[in-house]
Amino acid sequence: MIRINCPYCGERDHSEFSYGGDASIKYPSLEASEKEWTEAIFFRKNIRGFQLETWHHSNGCRMWLEVERSTVTHEIKSVRPCHPDLQKVVENNK
Amino acid sequence: MKSKRLNKLGKIDRDKTLNFTWDNKKLSGFEGDSLASALLANNIGIVGRSFKYHRPRGIFSSGVEESGALVTIGSKNRRDPNVRATTQELFDGLKASGQNAFPNVNFDLGGINNYIGRFFAAGFYYKTFMGIPPFEWGKGTTIWMLFEKLIRKAAGMGSASRLPDPDSYEHAHDFCDVIVVGSGPSGVAAAIEAAEKKLDVILVEQDSLVGGNQLSENDFSTSKIFNQLKSLGIKVMTRTTAFGLYDNCVVGLLERVTDHLSIPDSTLPRQRFWTIRAKHIIVGSGALERHIAFNNNDIPGVMTVNASKHYLNRYGVLTGEDIVIATNNDSVYETANELSEAGANVTVLDSRTNIEIDSNKNFEIRKGFIPYNINGTKKIDSLDISKSENINKVDTINCDQVLLSGGWSPAVHLLSHRGVKPKWDPENACFIPSDTKENITMIGSSRGLWNKDDCIASGVAGATDALNRLGVSKTNYFFPKPGGWQNPIKPLYEVKYKKSRSKSFVDYQHDVTADDVRLAHREGFISVEHLKRYTTLGMANDQGKMGNIIGLSLMADLLNKEIPEIGTTVFRPPYTPVPIGALTGRNVGKHFRPLRVTPMHQWNIDHGAKMIEVGLYQRPWYYPKKNETLSDSYIREATFVRKTVGICDVTSLGKIAVQGPDATEFLNRIYSNAFAKLQVGKARYGIMLRDDGIVMDDGTSWRLSENEYFMTTSTAAAAKVMAWLEELLQTRWTDLKVNVTSVSEQWAGAAVAGPKSREVLNNCVEDPSLISNENFPFMGVISTFLKGKIPCRIARISFSGELAFEVYIKSDFANTMMDLLWENAQKYDGCLYGLEALGALRVEKGHVTGAELDGRVTIDDAGLGKMASIKKSYIGSAMRKRGVLSADNRETLVGFFPTDLKETFNAGTIVCEKNNVKGQGIGRITSVTHSPELGHWIGIGFVEGGLDKWKNTTLVGADPVRNKQMNLKVVSPHMIDPKGERMYA
Ligand SMILES: [Zn+2]
Repeated sequence: MIRINCPYCGERDHSEFSYGGDASIKYPSLEASEKEWTEAIFFRKNIRGFQLETWHHSNGCRMWLEVERSTVTHEIKSVRPCHPDLQKVVENNK
Repeated sequence: MKSKRLNKLGKIDRDKTLNFTWDNKKLSGFEGDSLASALLANNIGIVGRSFKYHRPRGIFSSGVEESGALVTIGSKNRRDPNVRATTQELFDGLKASGQNAFPNVNFDLGGINNYIGRFFAAGFYYKTFMGIPPFEWGKGTTIWMLFEKLIRKAAGMGSASRLPDPDSYEHAHDFCDVIVVGSGPSGVAAAIEAAEKKLDVILVEQDSLVGGNQLSENDFSTSKIFNQLKSLGIKVMTRTTAFGLYDNCVVGLLERVTDHLSIPDSTLPRQRFWTIRAKHIIVGSGALERHIAFNNNDIPGVMTVNASKHYLNRYGVLTGEDIVIATNNDSVYETANELSEAGANVTVLDSRTNIEIDSNKNFEIRKGFIPYNINGTKKIDSLDISKSENINKVDTINCDQVLLSGGWSPAVHLLSHRGVKPKWDPENACFIPSDTKENITMIGSSRGLWNKDDCIASGVAGATDALNRLGVSKTNYFFPKPGGWQNPIKPLYEVKYKKSRSKSFVDYQHDVTADDVRLAHREGFISVEHLKRYTTLGMANDQGKMGNIIGLSLMADLLNKEIPEIGTTVFRPPYTPVPIGALTGRNVGKHFRPLRVTPMHQWNIDHGAKMIEVGLYQRPWYYPKKNETLSDSYIREATFVRKTVGICDVTSLGKIAVQGPDATEFLNRIYSNAFAKLQVGKARYGIMLRDDGIVMDDGTSWRLSENEYFMTTSTAAAAKVMAWLEELLQTRWTDLKVNVTSVSEQWAGAAVAGPKSREVLNNCVEDPSLISNENFPFMGVISTFLKGKIPCRIARISFSGELAFEVYIKSDFANTMMDLLWENAQKYDGCLYGLEALGALRVEKGHVTGAELDGRVTIDDAGLGKMASIKKSYIGSAMRKRGVLSADNRETLVGFFPTDLKETFNAGTIVCEKNNVKGQGIGRITSVTHSPELGHWIGIGFVEGGLDKWKNTTLVGADPVRNKQMNLKVVSPHMIDPKGERMYA
């Protein structure tokens, strides 16, 4: 079972979270072209090793998290809030 | 085999006699017996019939690796099939019976299979049923379906009860620093070392007693060890199997709480399914003794050597009188001594010649000899033996028991669950665990250590490893080297029989013979994984605990390779079977999933509602009056809404508070229609798209003040939309100052719909002037008070197409609101209406719901394309017209009438062109209802090209499931009041 260390709630089972998707994607602006959106939505790398992904603490604090997880071993290297302001709060509370 | 209870030895309580039945025969045993030991004490030799050939089978082992003594325990709704008699504790009143036999295991008609065995060789089913000649014409499946029932019955082991399970099961959770699996000498040493260093330790033992293999020792005291462990504060869990290791040091346990009790305590669950989150895992899961493949090596009376020692010293049962022990290693000699001291006549065949053995010489050792063939069918008459070099029968020994030891296999299963491949140790002829980066340490004989002192040393080393990794200490430690016998083991896996038609079993439980392995090789199945699937070797519920290595060695031999070169199969959880009941826990019946009710749930029921499940919600379906059917009721309800007024509970809709200075900008980005200019005090219907341009959900948003909106979503998409809004705000648009809060539970809602709805509301609010058409136009929103000064929010929105309002109130006041609305609705001859009438009303209006917005539909497909703003960009705007999504022949929303107005149809009907009724057709009907207003059945759905293309053509509705066809007329989906005059009234 994957265990995710939520910066707000502490370490919890993955069953409390919902998987989001690829956290490395920079979504284009709403005005951007169909081509740019196609790139962002449909073209994904299939990474063997550590990848950045989003997880939603849906049965917890509802925070969206950026998680660095190995697709091979499920090892989790880092967890931080997606929102930069929340990241700062976490940093300051360390 | 002549087994019997001795007057000495054993850890049983001879003062406590337990009565039990075996195949309806009354027998007795003692407290502390296993079912297997009690059967042996009663000289029961045949306990089952084999899987394919129905050969008589006895007890092979004394533990979880058992592949012969699989029996059925209990009766009626507590009938449990495929229970290992070796691990089932005896209790008073236990009912056990043999399996896979008719009429019984002693005389089984299925035994005929033994003589037509060539039909059951490896791959028989594949060849016969997957389209190999002569059955090719059947293309496999047809034939398979014909024969499946017969074969399943003939080949099945025990059968499960068809009755509901009367027992309860529990899910439980715990945390610890270190979990130790196994209470043998290594596990106990590790647990004590870790506990003495102040770590929080859980020790798990699958047996009822702690001690591991020491329970087979005459002078071992389990209670002494148990008390020592307890005094150190270690949580000792007996009757508990660690069945699997998972990511992040999570261990799955199955605790058998009442399986050993005559009368289960009704306050206790039968079993507990534990999830343990540890910081470190120490595995001392022991090793399993292997048998040897030779002809007729499955005749009742064959057993592993260590099992016989267990029965002697733990249960006081001597398993034979004239015993031959066949071995290739040193581990058997202590047992040979003890068996002969207990009165058996023992001969040891040791395949090795150059060995030195210390023994009391009360038995004969024949060095350089191996077993060749067993004579007998239901019991052993004698054993033919051969020299280990130059295999051939050279002598025959009369005996009633043959004990086998082909070496030992460390139980590396749990580590294998983590994807760690074991490595082959040729010196000890076994797989031993490899290292892992995870916090898992293997100790004891599961590391390949055969001496008790080495096991204890490895336990201390394992605990030190854990302490170091957890940062508690920095102590040097070392593990003893694998092995530890005086003389080296000499590999012996199979003794080849010189005659054809041999039955030399590799996997007892699935009846896989050495010849089957050779056949698989001849037919090209040389990969270990293919071999396993083709022969089903290692796929029975013992998962090849005894036979796997023998199978591998045979294949290695055929390929002229060494065992490590052909690899090992991967062990997967569970180590031993886990009942479905335990996996399910308390999530059965009404607890299968959460039940959501609205705050006026009871009110609805008290007023005659029949309820229906919508997702997790219970919603009113219809409110029948005396003798009314569903159909009578909803048609009456929908008629009254159009004629007078109806009240409907709409609480299950998702409700989200959207607040903050950028709330307007936010909604403008997520909805496809314009929101920037929505005035305070107005609501708007909005459609959200996904990134890829497909419709996600629809709903309304009410502007309550400059910076505050009240958003409603569909019932089904409420959670999805909430998570989506949070994702956008936390990951994409982090500069927007907006907060979203789910308020679905905080507000109760009711729709008041129909021409008399304004009159009803006039009577319900403190200030009726607010409700007038001038003050409260269509899509208006007010925050006001119901009578009794109860604050509420009302919007003039309509799903039914009538003049209608939605009233929301704090959930605590839901019943008050319903009382008030209902009291006044009755004055205008109104009704309560449920989901069925709601559906009828919306289909008449062509309003889409989840049935239409199924994740494939664009806003244009749904006929709502004109609502999408062309002046702004929003989520999905870049993608909604891409390629295929703007093709001319897209399926778009239309209405359907049956050409013959007396005809009915069902949702799911496939729409086809005339004379071309096939496949997926050109469209589908998604929602249907009887229209009270029109007086016939109507539907909405999708058809390629839409209304314009088909409005003058008769199409065909095909309903192959119900074997029905009808002619269809395509109409506008807005079947009633297309201009919406009623809503604006
Ligand atoms: Zn959290």
